[in-house]
Amino acid sequence: MTKTRFWQGNQACAEAAIAAGCKFFAGYPITPASEIAERLALRLPQEGGIVMQMEDELASIGAVIGASWAGAKAMTATSGPGFSLMQENIGYAFMTETPCVIVDVQRAGPSTGQATKCGQGDVMQARWGTHGDYTSIVLSPNSVQEMFNLTVKAFNLAEKYRTPVVLLADEVVAHMREPITVPSPDEIEIVNRKKPKPTDKTFFGSKEIPTMPSVGQGFNIAVTGSTHNEYGIRYTADPTVHRQLVERLVGKIRKNAGEIIELERYNIKNCEAGIVSYGCTSRTVYETVELAKKKKINLGFLRLKTIWPFPDDVVQTMAKNAKILFVPEMNLGQIFYEVERAVHGKVPVVPINKIGGGEMITPEELLKKVVKDVKNVD
Amino acid sequence: MTEKFSIREYLRDLSLPFCKGCGDLTIMSCFLRAVNELGYKDLGRFVFCSGIGCAAWIPSPYFKADSIHVPHGRSIPVATGVKLIRPDLNVIVFGGDGDLAGIGLSHLIHAARRNLDITVIMANNMVYGMTGGQVAPTTPIKAKTTTTPYGNVERPFDTARLVAAAGASYAARWTTFHIEQLKESMKKAITNQGFAFIEAVSQCPTAFGRRIGLKTAPDMLRWFKENSVTLQEAEKMAEKDLEGKIVVGEFVHRKFPTLTENIYEIIKEAKKGAKKN
Repeated sequence: MTKTRFWQGNQACAEAAIAAGCKFFAGYPITPASEIAERLALRLPQEGGIVMQMEDELASIGAVIGASWAGAKAMTATSGPGFSLMQENIGYAFMTETPCVIVDVQRAGPSTGQATKCGQGDVMQARWGTHGDYTSIVLSPNSVQEMFNLTVKAFNLAEKYRTPVVLLADEVVAHMREPITVPSPDEIEIVNRKKPKPTDKTFFGSKEIPTMPSVGQGFNIAVTGSTHNEYGIRYTADPTVHRQLVERLVGKIRKNAGEIIELERYNIKNCEAGIVSYGCTSRTVYETVELAKKKKINLGFLRLKTIWPFPDDVVQTMAKNAKILFVPEMNLGQIFYEVERAVHGKVPVVPINKIGGGEMITPEELLKKVVKDVKNVD
Repeated sequence: MTEKFSIREYLRDLSLPFCKGCGDLTIMSCFLRAVNELGYKDLGRFVFCSGIGCAAWIPSPYFKADSIHVPHGRSIPVATGVKLIRPDLNVIVFGGDGDLAGIGLSHLIHAARRNLDITVIMANNMVYGMTGGQVAPTTPIKAKTTTTPYGNVERPFDTARLVAAAGASYAARWTTFHIEQLKESMKKAITNQGFAFIEAVSQCPTAFGRRIGLKTAPDMLRWFKENSVTLQEAEKMAEKDLEGKIVVGEFVHRKFPTLTENIYEIIKEAKKGAKKN
């Protein structure tokens, strides 16, 4: 049976993790993500799970990776400064195909910045934060309901594709309280990693997404962040082994982008102007669309629930009729450059940026800019 | 003890990576002998975690076992996650002094404080060997390395004592000269309930010995032999006389409740509480 609850975003995230089957959480206190650890510290042991407060974020994600190889679904939660520290092991999780979920509740950076205030400055770090060739799956919730739904989805994608998945929330969505519908366990789709047959020996290749054993099952698994062959054996001199491995790891996400990407589309095919937005900023856009109608401006709206992989084709579809695109963000321009890259000069792309004090872009501010620029583009 | 025992029984069919005269092979051999003497016919009940550096290659991927080879310094956090989910398995960390007492030091002393029920074996060659012999937090004062061409100006960590002070259940130091003591110590560490730490002072003639006038493994082993003093001897010596000596022996061997025991006790309580609600 579904239940209606009045929850904070971080609480919804914690409860969703439990609903998705999370049995291990490790983290380090940081605003504005701490409520996730606090909620799980209370709730997870009741479900037979473990919560560890580690000595830092390097250790937190390390413990998550260990727990995942021991067979548990595992998660950590942090904010920008901690997310930076986690990057080495995010690369390791990608290279070793370790399913895990990393929640980054964004605040205003760089550095300690404005620790309690909202920002959306980690979009590119979520895409390119670790070193080397890799690609990411990054989800962006814009409501308490989506903190729940997309946390479940993050676990499912991590398990299905054997890769780390980032839930890129922000302070506003994480700290706001809203009514949400909590589905009953039988209504929630749960994906579990594909386990090997007793005869399986290749857990790092030969298939696009190999099966994943756990330690202690007699498979003699060799796991390494160094370049390895399909048996997991370190192979650091052969160019072909490296090429095949890294191209497969990137390919398994790129090739399945259509299945991974989830979007909210409003009037994207017949609009005269379009807005691309995500996270808390996208909440402003709903009202802007209504206000624009009164000004006889026919706006389209594309909301990225999946930020990475980026939906180039959908943005291009919107640019077929729209004569101009707007990208409002609480940073100095990040997704703006992706939209500009996707439309490839076909229509002008306008960044609308606001940072500082956690102040959101208001519908009126957005409307003013839209009205002015739509007229100018004629 | 089995007469026909060969460490090959526990190894994958791969050629080993160590340089001529490397102490890591001695440590590997002592460990596998310890495992054999404890009656384990294979490594099925073990999980090995190791970071970056030569000593991290002792288990990975050479042991016929589950081995997780992770970023520099992070072996203990990964081992923490493994042990908490699978408390029934023997979780063993191998690493060098740079990996465990340098970049990963914080994890080492926190795991000791928590009394995480794992065994950590630190090969201390007093230098960053894999990268060519740079100064480490364990390099003796005045020693010449590639990054201290005029001699090291810093004092080294007394890592075994540090880990004991942080709350380890078992902490010992031996050298690769003391193979029998090292093996016996490993048996104690594996069977110990709680955090066990062994510092194995080890020779790296390739990247360290030759720069301090000890060109070969025998030269370095002789140095270990002549400069080692037992804890009992050390207690009677003046601080000045202990300079340059390697104090060997068991620093602590004691029993506290382990992290896994405490956590699983809490889960039991929390589950009961949840049912009442």
